[in-house]
Amino acid sequence: MELFVHGDYEVVRNPDLCIACRVCERQCANEVHWYDETAGKMKAYSDKCVNCHRCVCLCPTHALKIVKTDDTYKINANWNNATINEVYKQANSGGVLLSSMGNPKPYPVFWDKMLVNASQVTNPPIDPLREPMETKVWLGKRTVKIERDEKGRLKNTLAPQLELSVPVMFSAMSYGSISYNAHESLARAAEELGIYYNTGEGGLHKDFYKYGKNTIVQVASGRFGGFKGYLETAAAIEIKMGQGAKPGIGGHLPGAKINEDVSQTRMIPRGVDAISPAPHHDIYSIEDLRQLVYSLKEATEYKKPVIVKIAAVHNAAAIASGIARSGADIIAIDGFRGGTGAAPTRIRDNVGIPIELALASVDARLREEGIRDDVSIVVGGSIRSSADVVKAIALGADACYIGTAALLALGCPLCRSCHEGKCNWGIATQRPDLVKRLNPDIGYKRLVNLVTAWNHEIQEMMGGMGINSVEALRGNRLMLRGIGLTDTELSVLGIRYAGQSL
Amino acid sequence: MIREGIFRNPSGCAVSGVIDRSGKRMSGECMIRSIATMHDRSNGLGGGFAGYGIYPHYKDFYAFHLFFDSKMAKGAAEAFLGRHFEIAYSSEIQTHKLPSVTDEPMIWRYFCAPLPRKLADSHLDEREYVVRCVNRINVQIDGAYVFSSGKNMGIFKGVGFPEDIGRFYGLDEYEGYAWTCHGRYPTNTPGWWGGAHPFGLLDFSVVHNGEISSYDANRRYIEMFGYKCTLQTDTEVITYIVDYLVRKCGLTLKEVSHVIAASFWSTIADKPEEDREQETLLRRMFPSLLVTGPFSIILGYTGGLMALNDRLKLRSMVCAEKGDLAFIASEECAIRAIEPSPDTVYAPAGGEAVIYELYDRGGRA
Repeated sequence: MELFVHGDYEVVRNPDLCIACRVCERQCANEVHWYDETAGKMKAYSDKCVNCHRCVCLCPTHALKIVKTDDTYKINANWNNATINEVYKQANSGGVLLSSMGNPKPYPVFWDKMLVNASQVTNPPIDPLREPMETKVWLGKRTVKIERDEKGRLKNTLAPQLELSVPVMFSAMSYGSISYNAHESLARAAEELGIYYNTGEGGLHKDFYKYGKNTIVQVASGRFGGFKGYLETAAAIEIKMGQGAKPGIGGHLPGAKINEDVSQTRMIPRGVDAISPAPHHDIYSIEDLRQLVYSLKEATEYKKPVIVKIAAVHNAAAIASGIARSGADIIAIDGFRGGTGAAPTRIRDNVGIPIELALASVDARLREEGIRDDVSIVVGGSIRSSADVVKAIALGADACYIGTAALLALGCPLCRSCHEGKCNWGIATQRPDLVKRLNPDIGYKRLVNLVTAWNHEIQEMMGGMGINSVEALRGNRLMLRGIGLTDTELSVLGIRYAGQSL
Repeated sequence: MIREGIFRNPSGCAVSGVIDRSGKRMSGECMIRSIATMHDRSNGLGGGFAGYGIYPHYKDFYAFHLFFDSKMAKGAAEAFLGRHFEIAYSSEIQTHKLPSVTDEPMIWRYFCAPLPRKLADSHLDEREYVVRCVNRINVQIDGAYVFSSGKNMGIFKGVGFPEDIGRFYGLDEYEGYAWTCHGRYPTNTPGWWGGAHPFGLLDFSVVHNGEISSYDANRRYIEMFGYKCTLQTDTEVITYIVDYLVRKCGLTLKEVSHVIAASFWSTIADKPEEDREQETLLRRMFPSLLVTGPFSIILGYTGGLMALNDRLKLRSMVCAEKGDLAFIASEECAIRAIEPSPDTVYAPAGGEAVIYELYDRGGRA
């Protein structure tokens, strides 16, 4: 017996406007729309609809809209429709529920409970249109021994660092989970913006080696696509220990997404599932991590910073302290609202902690131990706007990773169906007919627009605070106040309550 | 009384300083007249002075100036000093009662040298030993506060208008080769004497006018290196930054200015290669010690004064020279009040360090 489960959304077509041009039918990879020749009109299987809005956007007469279904079981505050449907689905299939993108549950978003300061009277706000307003940052170790040459000039004893024109980078999304055109858009945007994008654990397509100086390559537990040339091309190397959307588990790229190109890039057979194990099987402890960090540094002659990325979990502060002493140059922390191309729903929705709290505790711990300069901190999962960036930096981050926001810029409607591989927007798919819908010439421009716009906003907010360099905002927690937070939340965030003066 | 440090205390202010580069000593009277001219830049809630070269007879001893709220605090502090230092001479600092200066604590002076065995056992550099002892008194002994701890220099400060504070301490009776002073306009003060400025650490003294916007970034960074910002004032954190960069990292004052009032990246890009390289390196090494928001500071140290404005020059500051004398002040009027016809008058650019040193330290006229 297979119980029918009603879809969450319904397609509503205005018959007065529909001209039966069948655009919606051609655009929908989920095969929702179909033309009823006998009736001479368009119809829809709403149950297949993932609400990606492709048809709504492309309908030439705006005849379509998608609405939340009002079909319901008997109202129950404990057993709501979604919960019941999930039980039915699992009873039908016996499988683990899969989801994509970030945790959509109504957990508190602490970014929205922090307010930013501005200057009044006692010191002047600074107008970024009239005065320089610096958003450039360098990521990496800053611990130095002061050494001088024979003329008394300071010697450059700094470890390799990354130079960013804006404290924002595109976070790891593998080729395989997203398309060639999406990768090309990210790479070209990173180059134009003077920032970095991240290959994720999918290797680097041979066409994109030319963007190497703006590329961070990832080494994850599956070690897909990694070899000497891959490491040498990159500006930095990221060891992925965990991901905010699915802490504690590995990755799974279904064989269906592994076409010839992906197979070559990942260096795995075509059509075979690519499974990244939960742990790195050569890293069962912090001292093992240190060995991998130094192996990668040896392989690249200590010319590139090494990033260690972890998911935000309960013990993040202590873990970060271990990483800071492991030789890593940068720690990336990914919050539990971070996106993914596919994750078990229960993991995505229940494991990990908010990035705001993880960041605050990591930054505080590293300072208490006097090792904050040993590493830079990059946070992601999820950074939704320039205001989130400003707040993250004031809490103590050096820079932010954006993934979901970058995909939104490319047209992603956040339908959370990436794992099905049928992305109608050409982003999270490998189907050539779908991939070509994303034009990288347009895509990269939109990414450049997004980050440029955020940069302007960051500058405006910094100027309002009387700060003209992002370096003076980093860790400047007096610039934040909490609203609607408990004492414990305030103390974890290390900020005061709104209305509490200096 | 609520001591400062329970809350953050920004303030507006006036600063002035003078040095005779030949090393000739002058009385503090000139500074009193100079700061009095800028009366309206203070609001009667704090004033103070630092004099260099004022204790030639005890120049090898650390001169500790302490405020005591009670006899008990004094007893505890003296016991502590006795355990850690040889005290060559101690006395109450002579003051002159004025109707406009009230609520003064007990004010004492001790000339000290670290006990050799204690110092050796601590495995610390002598100056670090002194700094730690001063911090312990200030943090652990309730009602006792060391507000000056350098050799052959002294800080004199209190709650009141600065010119009154100068007369209260009788600074016309002290002679030094360099002086700085400060009139305070705090927006938030309990009127605690220890909160007045200059702020000192060993022979560094800082007077500052401004309200820095980078405060918490600077504070949280510098506290990693053993400093504790107990007063929560800009002046305190700036002093610690200078101490860290100069005493612990070995940077020159010019280099310090490229850290705390760094040129903009766009400006650095236009500089000659060698400067560009060095300034870029300094910004990359110490980004968290960049100080933003308005400030004008005069840093006093053994043998010199340094004037420095924030990178946008959001506070006024003027320098002038007359023969061996060099002057720095918030307003030109404060210089002309004591030297009506200077040879040169000059407003340094934002972030431009102006350093005046004794000739025997390499200072130039």
